[in-house]
Amino acid sequence: MPLNVLLLFLVVYPAIAAGLLLLVRSDSFRGVFVPVSAALVAAGSIAVAVLFALGGGKPVALSFECEAIDVVLALVDALIAISIAVIAGRGHKPWIVLLAIIQLALLAVNELAVAPRASVFTPIYVDTLSVIMALVIGIIGTGITVYAIGYMRDFQRHADSDRRHVFFAVMWIFLTGMYLIVFSNNLAWLFCGWEITTVCSFLLIGYTRTEEATRNAFRQIWMNLLGGLAFACANIVSGLFGIGELTQLIALGQLSPTVVTTFVVTLLGFAAITKAAQMPFHTWLLGAMVAPTPTSALLHSSTMVKAGCFLLIKLAPACGLNIPGIMLMLVGGFTFMMTSIMAITQSNAKRVLAYSTIANLGLIVACAGIGSPLATWAAIFLLIFHAAAKSLLFLCVGTAEHHIGSRNIEDMDSLFSRMPRLSRFMVIGMLVMFIAPFGMLISKWAAFQAFIDSYNIGLVLMLAFGSAATFFFWAKWIGKVSASARSEVSVEQGVHASEWLAITLMAVLAIACTLLFPLISYFVVDPYLGVSTGVGLDNLWLLSALALVVVAVMVGISGRPSGKGRTLPVYLSGVSLDGDDRVFSDSMQQPLEATQRNWYMEGVFSEEKLRRVGQVVGTFILLWGVVAALTFMMGIGGGL
Amino acid sequence: MTLLKAVLAIAFLIGGPFLGGLIVGIDRKVSARMQGRVGPPILQPFYDVAKLLGKERATVSTAQDIYIVMYLVFVVISGCLFFAGGNFLLVTLLVTMASLFLVIAAYNTRSPFAEAGAQRENLQVMAYEPMVLLTAAGFYLATGTFDVAQIGLAQSPAILKTFLLFIGFLFILTIKLRKSPFDISTSEHAHQELVKGVTTEFAGRTLARYEIAHWYETVLFLGWTALFIIWGSPVGVVVALVAVVVLYFLEIWIDNNFARVKWQVMLRYSWWAAFGLGGANILYLYIINLL
Repeated sequence: MPLNVLLLFLVVYPAIAAGLLLLVRSDSFRGVFVPVSAALVAAGSIAVAVLFALGGGKPVALSFECEAIDVVLALVDALIAISIAVIAGRGHKPWIVLLAIIQLALLAVNELAVAPRASVFTPIYVDTLSVIMALVIGIIGTGITVYAIGYMRDFQRHADSDRRHVFFAVMWIFLTGMYLIVFSNNLAWLFCGWEITTVCSFLLIGYTRTEEATRNAFRQIWMNLLGGLAFACANIVSGLFGIGELTQLIALGQLSPTVVTTFVVTLLGFAAITKAAQMPFHTWLLGAMVAPTPTSALLHSSTMVKAGCFLLIKLAPACGLNIPGIMLMLVGGFTFMMTSIMAITQSNAKRVLAYSTIANLGLIVACAGIGSPLATWAAIFLLIFHAAAKSLLFLCVGTAEHHIGSRNIEDMDSLFSRMPRLSRFMVIGMLVMFIAPFGMLISKWAAFQAFIDSYNIGLVLMLAFGSAATFFFWAKWIGKVSASARSEVSVEQGVHASEWLAITLMAVLAIACTLLFPLISYFVVDPYLGVSTGVGLDNLWLLSALALVVVAVMVGISGRPSGKGRTLPVYLSGVSLDGDDRVFSDSMQQPLEATQRNWYMEGVFSEEKLRRVGQVVGTFILLWGVVAALTFMMGIGGGL
Repeated sequence: MTLLKAVLAIAFLIGGPFLGGLIVGIDRKVSARMQGRVGPPILQPFYDVAKLLGKERATVSTAQDIYIVMYLVFVVISGCLFFAGGNFLLVTLLVTMASLFLVIAAYNTRSPFAEAGAQRENLQVMAYEPMVLLTAAGFYLATGTFDVAQIGLAQSPAILKTFLLFIGFLFILTIKLRKSPFDISTSEHAHQELVKGVTTEFAGRTLARYEIAHWYETVLFLGWTALFIIWGSPVGVVVALVAVVVLYFLEIWIDNNFARVKWQVMLRYSWWAAFGLGGANILYLYIINLL
């Protein structure tokens, strides 16, 4: 099948599937249709990758003669803006209505006055990065929708009305938006995908319709509308200069950072920062965790925030020591450090995961800001490993929550005994996220080297302190989960098959990426960036082998008595009452259980204080970036 | 060159525990003399470990024993990589993995004492990690490489350009060597409020393995210290060895003269040391590299 047909299939099929899921409300239909669709889309994505590889891995630019598409996508844009305005009006949010109306006005200006001047020759463009993203969306994104089948069945038991058909439909539309983003070269099309993902995550966050969900959904929408406005302005400005393609923009920016590219790239960077939930906009992603867990998994791993990262990595060649580059470096590095430290204070597992996502996206943003090949190498691998590991972790936490009745890390004490299989997957996900021989840390290592090379001392310090905090909050979580208690019984029999399927898929992906890291680097990413492997291929092979050993140990370890030798109770200063647990005889001769909570150190690192500092500093950096870029354009471009 | 690297790695693999055990034995003797005691024989650590290895197999948790094996394995791998002249940053990252296994092992039994020790060990890693990363950055900026072999064979000692980092490194070396005032997680001295912290539930072979890992670590961290001072000539090797002996004596002296501090103090001091000394030194390196 030719590439263009496959691309069309990937963009259109999820939308059709969404339509069917909206119309046919039967749960048994979903149980069959979603896995089949997921398999089809995954196969389509893999086929694209194979065709692309057979073509030598060279970028493919396609022309597409069809005026109707432009009109349809413009109408979709308008429809999104109008519906946001209506929903916000009903929710009594005048500011959001205003933002949506401005958006609509900008769209009208762009469509009627500017777009005809912007030249677009090849609206579709597929390079290695697009293919990597297509695989992430096609395998991880659809895998999460499969997980949702079983999860939402459990979830429905506590809900009043059955609106699951909406939930599934929105998830699938989301995928269409993502494919549109990663394959489009036409900035107007890209913008349409951008807005689809914004509105889809709004609907998913507000799904439960509780007061909190509605509030958080509105927070998400105003923040991302700001980003959308920046994107729309970027399109108008670039259109005025005749630029209608992303590749043209990047090529111009790379050649010589001219007036127009500096301003446009800064605006696009701003838009990506809102989408990637960087400070000061990080709160929308924290608020997103009120939604059912598949939503979080989808937003964090393969869609939404990754759209921001995708755009930034694309723009990386146009960054560096210029206004957008410096803005991205500072915001990303600062967000990484602050949110890593803030994660220490959290005992809610989903909140820890959210902070960790924001922190890792911060690293990607900073790497894109540096824009050197080594930094871009790091950014791409951070994206891949984060997608696999974070989806795995969210799915594990979601399933654990349904079976132990809590998403608090303290309640996951000795999960190794209570949910043996699930907790091992969870620990593997965590290891992949933060420690050496695993992928994220190797990418972080490359990022560290790129930071040092960029002569940005602030970034070096922020990475050093942020990394230390990262170790602390993951290690204490792993410690709790991997404790073994002899008296506990397993409670994981009731886990739905679709959940196991998706979780196993994510775990296999996370491990496979770790083990095949050297090959992916050598055959895929290095040729794309034209560099030799970031941290040395021999080092990568060594790490890959070590990772295999660690995974084998963590999966194989049981904690049961081995048969050789005696098993002893723990030491309780000689006053223990029963051998297994931590019960001892207190000073009144009464039984008392020794309990212990992890350290959260709220007194040292206050979340509230750090949030305020982060919002002020983040806002300042962004304002500086936009104003500086504007002044630069006015100053030099004043004669135009 | 490759042969020399292999020889050094194997020398660490085989000789590491002997040298490390000897250092610990001398440490105990010198400490005893500082306190006006006669002290145990210098070979006492070896007698202790030999006895532990011969003990009956009895454990609180078999999983814990496996984690300690992994701790030992990762310390040995990172040490071999270091003495074979590998990538310094990679060595530090693998040492962190080793520490993670120690933390998990201590959590594993759910013993209140060991778990409190695990929290503290975890905190210690967080306290020293920024300084370790900045040290790696300093070596890279001073010599243009993370490669231990190239740093060690440079024309002039790295310390000439990384003096402040070196001072900061000595600060966290006290944490890494588990010396007072920063022996917060293990309570190395006497029977204190945490019993024996992270090691409370280790017994027999597992405790022996933990001790051996500690010997390997001691040699490895003294190797890191030497890397600041060594340069590519026989004189450089001798100077580095003498310096390490003097510095270790200084560590013993500190160990015997300072009471254990609270964790808040340790965290604050080591982060400020990393920020102030490390940051200033890296700024200096950037400036001289630009000029």
